[in-house]
Amino acid sequence: MQLTFYIAGAVAIISTIMVITRFNVIHALLYLVVSFMALAVVFFILGAPFAAALEIIIYAGAIVVLIIFVIMMLNLKEEAVDQEKKWLTPDVYVGPAILTIILLSELIYIISLGGASGVVGQVVDVKDVGKSLYGPYILGVELSGMLLMAGIVGAYHLGRKKKKVVHRFLEKIEE
Amino acid sequence: MNEIQVTSGLLLAAALFMLGLIGVLIRRNIIFMLVCVEIMLNSAGLAFIVAGSKWTQPDGQVMFIFILTMAAAEVSVGLALILQIHHQLKTLDGDAANSMRG
Repeated sequence: MQLTFYIAGAVAIISTIMVITRFNVIHALLYLVVSFMALAVVFFILGAPFAAALEIIIYAGAIVVLIIFVIMMLNLKEEAVDQEKKWLTPDVYVGPAILTIILLSELIYIISLGGASGVVGQVVDVKDVGKSLYGPYILGVELSGMLLMAGIVGAYHLGRKKKKVVHRFLEKIEE
Repeated sequence: MNEIQVTSGLLLAAALFMLGLIGVLIRRNIIFMLVCVEIMLNSAGLAFIVAGSKWTQPDGQVMFIFILTMAAAEVSVGLALILQIHHQLKTLDGDAANSMRG
């Protein structure tokens, strides 16, 4: 069981190194997803399956997709159509594919052991987390709700483009 | 859960945090800087999970959920700022934002 932990940790470190050394943002995000998945496997081995699921859903799902949306909205000039054809060459996806195959084989091995025997420590299941979250930490939950509200309002305020009012007689309109 | 596992888990968290810090320092593209901040937050969450697993208490996972919430709010505001900087300065260079006025 020690070995699965070390392999997943090594995959996480290697993919994070690849993230900070890529020049193309999309390639870096591909490796970032692999890094998050490796950390999810580490969380599962450490006995935190709920945190592992949240890592996949929110980090690898929501946050990375949000960053990809923004990159597509920016519509960077140097990334033209012919470069998009070059993106799908094998050397782009072979690295992430090898790392994810390592993670997949590890996951299959852990599942084949059955039950919680793939977990090193004691499993802290969702029930305890929920009881703790809505018991002693209820103030923190409310504060994080307020934080998310502030985030929504801030993102809307910052992301809004200022509407430029062009008056027909006072200002010359470029045609 | 033996001591070696806790030590190596915390070492993994420290290594990921240092990689994120190095990424913030060496990259000038602000999208990369945001991604590296995400990596650092994630490694902090890993440290909480390791500690919660050491004492088999749910508090570590609760703290991880709070970090997750904070990261989600941070990335939305940060991406809105990136959109605004790209709209105003027509570049993604982080150094170009030092001439920001008002």
